[in-house]
Amino acid sequence: MSVKSRGVIERSLSSFVDALQHTFDAEEIAKKRGLLQRLDPRVKILSILPLIVIAALTRRLRVVIALFAVAIAVALLSKVPLGTLAKRVWLAVLTFTGFISGPALFLTPGRAMYSLPILGWSVTAPGLRAAVYLVMRAETAATFSVVLILCTPWSNILKALRVLRAPAVLVVILGMTYRYIFLLLRTAHDMFESRKSRMVGQLEGRELRKMATASAGVLMSKTLQLSGDVYLAMRSRGFQGEVYVLDEFQTDWLDWLMLALFGSIALLAFWFGR
Amino acid sequence: MNGPIFEVRDVTYRYQEVTALDGLNLAIMPGQRVALLGANGSGKSTLLSILDGLYFPQKGSVEFRGEPLTENRLQTPEFEFDFRRRVALVFQNPDVQLFNPTVFDEVTFGPLQMRWPRDQILLRVSEMLEQMEIMHLKDRSPHHLSTGEKKRVALASVLILDPEVLLLDEPTAALDPKSESQMIDFLVSCSGGRKTVVTATHDLDLIEDVADSCHIFQRGRIVATGTPAEIVNDHALLLSTNLIHAHHHAHAPGELHSHPHRHGHRH
Repeated sequence: MSVKSRGVIERSLSSFVDALQHTFDAEEIAKKRGLLQRLDPRVKILSILPLIVIAALTRRLRVVIALFAVAIAVALLSKVPLGTLAKRVWLAVLTFTGFISGPALFLTPGRAMYSLPILGWSVTAPGLRAAVYLVMRAETAATFSVVLILCTPWSNILKALRVLRAPAVLVVILGMTYRYIFLLLRTAHDMFESRKSRMVGQLEGRELRKMATASAGVLMSKTLQLSGDVYLAMRSRGFQGEVYVLDEFQTDWLDWLMLALFGSIALLAFWFGR
Repeated sequence: MNGPIFEVRDVTYRYQEVTALDGLNLAIMPGQRVALLGANGSGKSTLLSILDGLYFPQKGSVEFRGEPLTENRLQTPEFEFDFRRRVALVFQNPDVQLFNPTVFDEVTFGPLQMRWPRDQILLRVSEMLEQMEIMHLKDRSPHHLSTGEKKRVALASVLILDPEVLLLDEPTAALDPKSESQMIDFLVSCSGGRKTVVTATHDLDLIEDVADSCHIFQRGRIVATGTPAEIVNDHALLLSTNLIHAHHHAHAPGELHSHPHRHGHRH
C-alpha cells in the first residue's frame, strides 16, 4: 500500500475516532458539579445567549475584554479546563479570525507603530486596534458558546430552545440527527478499518478517488435504508406526524439568582458598549 | 374475545423479486405465546412487520380482533391510535428502534404519542426504568449503550404502553450469555397471562421459556407446527429447515460419522 493511500485511510480513521472522542469528553464535562451544570438549561440559554450577542455587537474594546474575562470566570467555575478551551476554541478562532483581520493591520490608515523587516509594511495603531477588536469579539462569543455546549447535554440544549419558541419539530429533527451521526460515524469507521485490513499493493490517484466515492455511495445507501427503517419504528410506536417534547426541567433559587446576575452583566455591557 | 387476535389468510409478500411470504395461513389466539422459528430469510421478520401494520401483503388478508388490518384502515387516526397502543414490535436491530437522543426521551416517546398527561408520563417512565433496571442509563445517549442495554431500553420503550400484543424480533440476537439470560428472564416475567407474545427467533434454547407453540418457517411458508418439546426433539425437521447443522467427525480413518448438533445449551 502506498504512503499516500495509507495516509488517506489513516487520516479518515483518525478523524472518526477524534469526533467520537470529543463527544465523550464533552459529556464528561457536562456531568461535573460546576456552576453552569447546576443551572436549568433554559436559564443557561437565556443567560448566555444575550452575552454572545452583545459581545458580537458592542463597540467598545474594553467591554469585549471584560466579557471575555466573565467567560473565563464562568468556565473556571463550571470546571471546564482552560486547556480544552485553548485547543478547541482560542487557537482555531485566532487562526481563522487572525487571517481575516491580518490585512487591516497594514491597510488601516494611522500612526505607524512598527515596520516589518524586509517587507517594510507598517503596522498602524488603528489597524492593530481593529484587528484585536475583531479577534476578541470572536474569541468571547465563541468561548461563551462552547462553555454553554460543554456544560449542557446536547439533548437538553435542544429542549431548552423551546423557551425561545423553537418549533418542536426542529428540536426532534436535530435530536435525531445528533443520535444518528454517531451511528454513521461508527459505520464509516468500520468500513475504513475493514478496507485497511484487506489492502495490499498500491493505491494511487484514480483508485483512491474510486474508493472514496464507492465508500460514500455505500454509506448513503445504508443511510437511506436506515432512515426507512427508523420511520417504520416511529410509526410502530404511534407516530402520526406530530412531534412532542417532554422535559424534566425545574428551576430553583440558584437559577433565578444567576439569571439576575447574568442579566445585570448583559445590561451593563450593553450600556457601556453602546 | 373468543376468536383469534390475529388471523392471517393466504398472505403473500414480495420484496421486488424475492418472495418473503408465500400463501401463509396462521391464527394467533389471545394470551398465546407463539414462537416463529426459521433460518435467516425464512420470512419471520416480514410476518412480524405485517402483524404490526407496517407492511401490507400483496395478496391475502390479515385481521386484528376480527377487523381487517389494511393500509386504509390504519390511516384512520382513531383506529391507528388504538392499534398502536395495543400492539408493540421490538425490532431486531435496536439502533433502528432507539431513535431519540437519550434513554429518557426514548421511553417517553410512546406515551407522548398517546397524549398521556405529563405527570402520568413522568411517573410511568420512572417505574418502567426501575423495573427494567435501567434507571442509571436514563440520561445516556444510545450510542453509549452496550447491545444488551439497548435491547432492554427497546423493550422498556414498548412495555411502557402495556400493550396486549408483544411482537419480538430475535430478542436475544447478539447478546452475551449473561445478557441473554437476563433478557429471557424479562421476557418470561412480562409474557403470559393476558399478553399475547409472538417471538421470531432461530434460537432453540429460547423457545421452551417463551413459547407454548411453535411454527417453523421455510421459504415463506409454515412447514411444521408443534410444542417446543416436539420441535426440539425432531432432529430431522430441524436439520431440513437449517435450524441445526450436522456435525461430522471420524472415529477412524474412513469411518465418517455425522449426527445432528446444536451449540449452546443451558442446564
